[in-house]
Amino acid sequence: MQRVGVFVCWCGSNIAGTVDVQAVSDALKNEPGVVFSTNYQYMCSQAGQDMIIDAVKEHNLTGIVVCSCSPRMHEATFRKTAAAAGINPYMVEIANIREQCSWVHKDIPTGTEKAIILGKAAVAKVNLNTPLTPGESPVTKRALVIGGGIAGIQTALDIADAGFPVDIVETKPTIGGKMAQLDKTFPTLDCAACILTPKMVDVAQNEKIRIFSYSEVSEIKGFVGNFDVTIKKNARYVKEDICTGCGACVEKCPMKKVPNEFNLGMDNRSAIYIPFAQAVPKVATIDPNSCNMLKNGKCGLCAKICAAGAIDYTQKDEYVNEKYGAIVVATGFNPISMDKFDEFAYNQSKDVITSLEFERLTNAAGPTAGHLERPSDGKSPKTIVFVQCVGSRCDSCAQKGKEYCSKICCMYTAKHAMLVRDKYPDTEVYVFYIDVRTPGKNFDEFYRRAVEEYGVKYVKGMVGKVTPQGDKLKVQASDLIDNKQLHIDADLVVLAAAIEPDKSARPLATMLTASMDTNDFFTEAHPKLRPVESPTAGVFLSGACQGPKDIPETVSQAGAAASKVIGLLAKDKLTGNPCVAHSNELMCNGCSSCERVCPYGAITYEDKEFRMPDRTTKIRRVALVNPAVCQGCGACTVACPSGAMDLNGFASNQIMAEVDAICK
Amino acid sequence: MQKITQDKLLEKAVSLLSNGTVSAVLGWSKGEFSYDVTPKMFKTEDDLKENFIWNDFCGVNFSKYLVSKTDRFEGKILVFLKPCDTYSFNQLLTEHRFDREKVYAIGVPCEGMVDVSKLKAKTGEGISEIKEDGENLKVTKIYEDNQVAVPFKDVLLERCINCKSKKHVAYDELMGDEGEVIDSNRFDEVAKLEALTPDERFAFWQNELSRCIRCNACRDACPACTCEKCVFDNPASGVENKAPANSFEEKMFHIIRAYHVAGRCTDCGECSRVCPQNIPLHLLNRKFIKDINEFYGEYQAGAEVGSRAPLVDYTTEDLEPGEVFDRRDTDA
Amino acid sequence: MQVNEHKPLIVAFCCNWCSYAGADLAGNNRLNYPADVKIIRVPCSCRVNPMFILRAFQRGADGVIICGCHPGDCHYTSGNYYTRRRMAALFSMLDFLGIEKERTRVEWVSAAEGAKFAATMNDFVEKVTALGENKRLEDLRCKR
Repeated sequence: MQRVGVFVCWCGSNIAGTVDVQAVSDALKNEPGVVFSTNYQYMCSQAGQDMIIDAVKEHNLTGIVVCSCSPRMHEATFRKTAAAAGINPYMVEIANIREQCSWVHKDIPTGTEKAIILGKAAVAKVNLNTPLTPGESPVTKRALVIGGGIAGIQTALDIADAGFPVDIVETKPTIGGKMAQLDKTFPTLDCAACILTPKMVDVAQNEKIRIFSYSEVSEIKGFVGNFDVTIKKNARYVKEDICTGCGACVEKCPMKKVPNEFNLGMDNRSAIYIPFAQAVPKVATIDPNSCNMLKNGKCGLCAKICAAGAIDYTQKDEYVNEKYGAIVVATGFNPISMDKFDEFAYNQSKDVITSLEFERLTNAAGPTAGHLERPSDGKSPKTIVFVQCVGSRCDSCAQKGKEYCSKICCMYTAKHAMLVRDKYPDTEVYVFYIDVRTPGKNFDEFYRRAVEEYGVKYVKGMVGKVTPQGDKLKVQASDLIDNKQLHIDADLVVLAAAIEPDKSARPLATMLTASMDTNDFFTEAHPKLRPVESPTAGVFLSGACQGPKDIPETVSQAGAAASKVIGLLAKDKLTGNPCVAHSNELMCNGCSSCERVCPYGAITYEDKEFRMPDRTTKIRRVALVNPAVCQGCGACTVACPSGAMDLNGFASNQIMAEVDAICK
Repeated sequence: MQKITQDKLLEKAVSLLSNGTVSAVLGWSKGEFSYDVTPKMFKTEDDLKENFIWNDFCGVNFSKYLVSKTDRFEGKILVFLKPCDTYSFNQLLTEHRFDREKVYAIGVPCEGMVDVSKLKAKTGEGISEIKEDGENLKVTKIYEDNQVAVPFKDVLLERCINCKSKKHVAYDELMGDEGEVIDSNRFDEVAKLEALTPDERFAFWQNELSRCIRCNACRDACPACTCEKCVFDNPASGVENKAPANSFEEKMFHIIRAYHVAGRCTDCGECSRVCPQNIPLHLLNRKFIKDINEFYGEYQAGAEVGSRAPLVDYTTEDLEPGEVFDRRDTDA
Repeated sequence: MQVNEHKPLIVAFCCNWCSYAGADLAGNNRLNYPADVKIIRVPCSCRVNPMFILRAFQRGADGVIICGCHPGDCHYTSGNYYTRRRMAALFSMLDFLGIEKERTRVEWVSAAEGAKFAATMNDFVEKVTALGENKRLEDLRCKR
């Protein structure tokens, strides 16, 4: 049995004005476990707190009930008081007789009666309180960044800058991501490579950063501060540490007809390749699907030509295990497939391209060395039609595209249109749009320049059909403002394809037990207040994996994620919230119901041996809650049919006791 | 009238036991009378030959027994499963309640099982022998010389009248032909109750539940009620009670029991079959199933291993608790 | 004028992050609601076990209301979504057993909705008062 002390606060006249505090402290004196009961003008004042401390010592109190203002106000205060008095801070319960009683009820008899009942409930609860100690777990001071685009690069650089080691895992042979493929960036029109590649070099040269390129995460175990990750380094058949990136092998390789992914298949590369000149790491990679040597053992030219002796046809996939304290997801985005959009004839005509393909076409390092040429015949297009929202904001056609706005298309289309008019003033440029959305610094000014200074023809309305005819593309569209049908003979049609999260995001989320929305974007811990954290502790979000964003937004989010990681890694130990769930293994059925409702992936299972009454042993699957990951919502406690799962601080018997005290 | 004969099942059981495929057979065993069939773990051929039985009274769903029978048993257990039993079998696998490797499951087609109390209601007490005769059961009674013929179809268990599936959703080996999922009328009774006024519903349940003697048979037979320790047996749960002290506690027991199995109940009907007071407990389960189907889309627990029960799942567009009644009121 | 009007007993489960804070805000703004409402604080509405609700009725409560964050705003991201399903199923079952549906309610009250909290409680108490004493689910033995 607890020895409970009850302290009723007047809160000046805030409580005492509507509640007979003397009557409350007198009534509660008779409750089970209560050995001391008093009231005082301001319990939260130093004098009030001293009163509690003295009473604890004098009456050997083991539990404290304070009838006062909301626990949201002073629970922490009185917990500290309890600790100062030498008892466990979690042996304190607050009866809220101000906000939920004296302030909302009018007369003293009603207020007093309710205050007594609320006090009784708190006493009933504190009688069942148990001392709780927050768990501690060490922090591995190393971060993992999954994805090596601008988001991952910026996060890694910022974390490394604070002195913590970082590993980047990138599935492609080089870091750089989508930004490396872009030509110019809006709204300043500086070239993407000029601002990105120095950062890539910084990453390569930073001693704190390791790059696992051409690699993927294959397994994640553990929890915040203590992740155990297996990274699969795919065999690139080139010894990374020896290859100098001279490119001699690329020149000599006889297999030169492989579609070049970096240029979105608009030209070819060799079977051994370096994605682009500024690749980091600048190391060749052999594509096992195209290399004759790897396919049928006939060739071996690259090994002969390589002066460094870096080629290794026998290389195998390698698995690396590493521990991390924090994981940043920066898996980025991809344009959606245009296969379902037959009306735009993407699959029928080479001259219907996506915006990302257009980026490569205008890029000086692209397949046409920056000359705007039609992919079909290399002629300069004289009329270009840009179509916005292809697959974005698809309300009625959600199975074809996405319901959300892809956010970046309005701006890059304005950029493309402007660049074309700038370089080739004799070209006619049309942009078809639903709305033009330009919320961003200097964004609207940029768009207006495209219209007003560069004479881009913006037409509100959607393109209904594109039909290839001869060497023209017949574009049929509606102009909603002039309310008429337009027929344009275009030479090139550029589709602003919606963007979607990278395909690797979903399996990664499963490994991380991080939650995702229906579009496979990662969910934030709080949409407004914790936008760069996943609900899963220790997992952070950087860039477009969380939602469509442009480069400046991505970089700022990357920095924000980094600062959260730094804040975590700066700690030597993590102190948990002790009000977490725990499972009674003797009652647990191992049915997995709790695991399914846990938003944090805090519950795992193990096969445990139990001694039976007949001296045999029995192995049973039981749930284990990781207190470092559990946030204490209690969803599992209700999902559990046997009642094995319970919650510290809000145990079933405690809540039941409160119910009984209120209803009796 | 079962299509597959007892001899066939016996032959199969004996051969699998003798060739070492399995070390025990979970089957139906003869009781005092031909209608009181009990579950049994047969470990010898002799025992099988002497006591194994398969007739119209083999209602017992063995799935639940696998939880306790497999956990410390070396070797495989042969289990006979009727179509409805296989749903429970899958559901228990979903919940990791037994080791699939330790079980050899044989699917047995089922033509429906007889409700002994319905039969007794037709013939009176004192049945000494029941024989199949075409579409009828020929019942011999102790004190009367003449036999009474009762049509088989008239004395089926409620769950068999409204059979939801003759398809086996899990087995290692299937005897006889595979059946189909049936478009049954099993929710009609629930719908009828829903159409009553709250007062009428209250009176109905008051009448039904007041007969409860808290024997726990429903819980003990239920393949979803496999908790290591039931909350009603656990002093720490705050709701422990052995016998009802008042009418509310019966209600509480049955509501909580139905709630705990909601989304997991395969509607096997064991609860109603074993209830000695003939309380239509399946209606509580079916109410949950019907609601879940209507609110969150069709879901059949146990139809596949690993499916996510509706109450441990959600969508952001789920209907609000208050809308449950709005919907019903607008429908009416 | 009715003499001896039954004073209902209402148990309100409020999640710590939204509804309990909403109740506090109602207090801060001195928005009156009947003292019949007694609040029990839970971390999240998903902590509310149907057993707690039945227990309250068993011990003489006339109405039980569960308040949580608005869907989508749960502090724990998904807790109230589970509450929504659980309570939809449970309340529908209670209704099936003939318990007056006005005795149970789920309401989403944010930390900013002090006025909504008070209004909700006023309305709920009014509805439950109109029904009178809970005879169908109470436990006579435990009645005071």
